[in-house]
Amino acid sequence: MESVKPILEFKNTCVSYTKQTMAVKYVSAAIERNTITSIMGPSGCGKSTLLRSVNLMHNLYSNIRVDGEILLNGENILDMEPIDVRRRVGMVFQRPVPFPTMSIADNVMAGYLLNNIHISKSEKAKTVEQCLRSVAMWDEVKDVLNKKGTFLSGGQQQRLCIARALAMKPDVLLMDEPTSALDPIATNHIEQLLLELQKEVTILIVTHNMGQAERISSHAMFMYLGELVEYGDTKKLFSQPADERTKAYLKGKIG
Amino acid sequence: MNIKTRIAKDRIQLWTVCFFAALTAVPLLAIIGEVVIKGFGQISWSFLTEPTPTAYKAMKAVQAGEPIPGGIANGIVGTLIMVGMAAIVAIPVGILCGAFLAENSKKRSAVIISFLTDLLQGTPSIIIGIITYIWVVVPMKGYSAIAGSGALFIMMLPLIIRSTEETLKILPTSLQEAGLALGANRASVMLRIQLPAAFGGIFKGVLLSISRVTGETAPLLFTALGCSFIRWSINKPISAVPLLIWEFFNDPHLQDLIWGASFFLLLFVLTLNLTAKYIAKKWNQ
Repeated sequence: MESVKPILEFKNTCVSYTKQTMAVKYVSAAIERNTITSIMGPSGCGKSTLLRSVNLMHNLYSNIRVDGEILLNGENILDMEPIDVRRRVGMVFQRPVPFPTMSIADNVMAGYLLNNIHISKSEKAKTVEQCLRSVAMWDEVKDVLNKKGTFLSGGQQQRLCIARALAMKPDVLLMDEPTSALDPIATNHIEQLLLELQKEVTILIVTHNMGQAERISSHAMFMYLGELVEYGDTKKLFSQPADERTKAYLKGKIG
Repeated sequence: MNIKTRIAKDRIQLWTVCFFAALTAVPLLAIIGEVVIKGFGQISWSFLTEPTPTAYKAMKAVQAGEPIPGGIANGIVGTLIMVGMAAIVAIPVGILCGAFLAENSKKRSAVIISFLTDLLQGTPSIIIGIITYIWVVVPMKGYSAIAGSGALFIMMLPLIIRSTEETLKILPTSLQEAGLALGANRASVMLRIQLPAAFGGIFKGVLLSISRVTGETAPLLFTALGCSFIRWSINKPISAVPLLIWEFFNDPHLQDLIWGASFFLLLFVLTLNLTAKYIAKKWNQ
């Protein structure tokens, strides 16, 4: 069988906050293009830390060290400029953070505005529409594009944030528990959306919600105490976990 | 404890709190009341547009039983010039410094600057006046609006720095991270996202710092000196409203003008304060 070249690959990735303790220990995993991969595990197991290493968020804090390799299309992210990496790897946060002083349209275009990338008005309008359509929001907000994004509901704000990340046409989209601050209906909306979006972008999602991981992801990782315990096909991981710790977590015994 | 004693206790606590709250309002209302009663009648168009009369003119008017001619226009012009110049420099410097402190709170340099800001904020204004005298008035060989605004600049700086820093620090970190996650650099995120988001608080801090230095007298005594006619040049001695109040107090012939000037100053500062509160509230909605 022909092996598909992974879009993202962790090779012995380690992240440490202090010299004594490692938050993420020697994680190796290859992520396939146009899939949704969920990262599960109890609080403090290093899921978010691993996720944030992919777009070099850790570079912001001088005490955090990232070792090993993280390959994006075969190139080591850790040797690249954070600005370049972050344009290719989008991120959606736990709480929706629309930029409070920008209109809905400007929020979608924020990546262009902040990076001083100039595009024509028609192109801008096209991108705004396209991105808002891809998060299934265009019909709801097409008449209020110049209103501030903070007037939207929580679920809409989060979808706006996804649209903002998509506008930069990233290869990979990182999501850090994107639905944990939302109600079940908004959560359902976002989940449907992600299933659609995986045609365009590879998604890596941290989730506390096992049901969510089962519903949307084709691959799943289980992390425990900084180690990647198990990684593979979601269905298989849920039905026949290979490791005792994964089994215990799925049964609600740890975490 | 039965329900009646609990209700009684609650009532007693409520009344105690109300009593002390009212007590603090008494001196405030008394001051405003006194200034308004005595000063309101003196405010007129000529009071706001004409310079201070000489002691001789005032004396003759008093002897003839007429109201004192002239007003405080020289002070108003001087205050606007000096506070304006101080603000033009202090606002960008203060905001940038505040942004630096909020961004790099753990760096050694930031800790030192932060400490110095506290120190500057606690420095008595008369000392700032005397230092500005040595630094500006002596080398320039004369009192001037430049020296006066220099002293006011030093007084405004810590207030703007602190308010900027505090407002930026209460913004969620995720706001900055979300900006950076789009590939923007820190300066861009600060200018386009964080500072606009913090605008309400920063603007409030700026207006409060302006209203604070508008009432300063001590630092101007050594720097602006005062001037009895309307002057627009910035390298000569100049007047200011609080300086005029001090001069009126020292001149028995002009003492009647104190209340009008005080009323004007109080009104100006109060308006700025209320505007600041209103705008900050509006912006945060």
